[in-house]
Amino acid sequence: MFFGLLLVERPAALGTYCHQNGVKTPMTNQISLNLDINGKSRQVTVEARVTLLDALREHLELTGTKKGCDHGQCGACTVHVDGERVLSCLTLAAQVEGSTINTIEGLSAPGDALHPVQAAFLEHDAFQCGYCTPGQIMSAVACIREGHAGSDDEIREYMSGNLCRCGAYPHIVDAVREAAKELS
Amino acid sequence: MRDFSYVRAATIDEALSAAAMPATMLLAGGTTLIDLAKCGVAEPERVVDISHLKGLDGVRIDGKAATIGALARMSRVAEDPAIKGEFPAISEALWQAASAQIRNMATIGGNLLQRTRCAYFRDPATFPNCNKRNPGSGCAALTGVNRSHAVLGGSSACIATYPGDLAVALTAFDALVHLGDRQVPVDDFFLLPGARPDKEHAMRPGEIITAISVPASPAARRSTFLKVRDRQSYEFAAASAAVGIELGGDGRTITDIRIALGGIATKPWRARAVEDALRGTAFEHDAIKEASRLAVEGAIDHGANHYKIELAPRVVERAILKIGAAA
Repeated sequence: MFFGLLLVERPAALGTYCHQNGVKTPMTNQISLNLDINGKSRQVTVEARVTLLDALREHLELTGTKKGCDHGQCGACTVHVDGERVLSCLTLAAQVEGSTINTIEGLSAPGDALHPVQAAFLEHDAFQCGYCTPGQIMSAVACIREGHAGSDDEIREYMSGNLCRCGAYPHIVDAVREAAKELS
Repeated sequence: MRDFSYVRAATIDEALSAAAMPATMLLAGGTTLIDLAKCGVAEPERVVDISHLKGLDGVRIDGKAATIGALARMSRVAEDPAIKGEFPAISEALWQAASAQIRNMATIGGNLLQRTRCAYFRDPATFPNCNKRNPGSGCAALTGVNRSHAVLGGSSACIATYPGDLAVALTAFDALVHLGDRQVPVDDFFLLPGARPDKEHAMRPGEIITAISVPASPAARRSTFLKVRDRQSYEFAAASAAVGIELGGDGRTITDIRIALGGIATKPWRARAVEDALRGTAFEHDAIKEASRLAVEGAIDHGANHYKIELAPRVVERAILKIGAAA
């Protein structure tokens, strides 16, 4: 059976070029997306292969979400899509058009009180270099909301997708335990 | 990553049409496909997103079987009260797999189709030889670093381990993979590598997984998934066992037992020899230990993975003792 073009191709953006061997070539597979990020509607035109992580960091000036391994092994890029924690490095930006996206920047407004998980991370010194911290915090917020912070063992199991190369794990568990208490 | 186009399938028929097209790959959770596209292993020209299809993400249980939609997320199925109650090994295999984030993304159908973690397979730039990626090019793992590679089901062309956990539990309990109207027993769905390790499953071009069904049974209800690995969480199995048991009215005769192993073979590995040795016998430690050794009958090691031949029977034994002792 040949394909009887039932699928609607996304419109290509005009006026975008790449330079290949010195030749100015129109870039193919560009798509225009309307993304709902931290309660705001954001327009972005990217190549179809661009991940949500790269769209946030390179196109939308939301650099709070970090790129660690870029292969789904470290959790530094954790964001919430429709309220659930996911890895933005393995999510295409195009996949989440129509979904609600929340990043670390949306957790508490500038000048407002910190989110209880952010406050607990400060209180318990739950980091050293801080690079994994936005991912840890976004993961912890979801972990508590899921009801998976009932014991230290459960916190360790359900936070295992967030690596901390500084080894701040004992303080991270302390912070998540305390934030879970406060949020219960 | 190779440039590709992106479209969303709006209906299953659109997804089926797309699945038959050349250079086209279906995208569900993305946790395998996007990763392998970055590695240069997957090189689609067109990606068709099926993750927004309606009606394929339900979990339904009646007295006879559980039917799980192909697009149900791992986390959702792991937490399903009926799955926990009737198929604890399936729930345990799911929540012990990957991380919370990945389980929120990855789908049940995609989980079955995840690719091996063989480091040679995943790195085409450094290791051009891989019969799974490029048939006939050779296998770097046979003489390379093969600590995580298979001791069962391998061939002179490939010893890559099937990495998943869920499929191991499904194999123990005779699940069926639904490919639209066609249903394939999960043990037949996964293929041995033989001379063609690039052919991993029994799907035909233009087919997609639509659901998985698992027959209910007393052994499935009294089951567990034991996973042993290099670190306690977020790691693939060094060896795993899904075990279900049914004891007779005397509370000690094994009337039914199901065992499948993971982390040690090129496909989810049903341990029928162990089942046959124990079915009808009394639940007794020494006999279980002895029978568990049959789990690795015919195993061939490649040096660094020899430990799996010692480890796997112990994992089987421990899983049987654990589930048999549980009231």
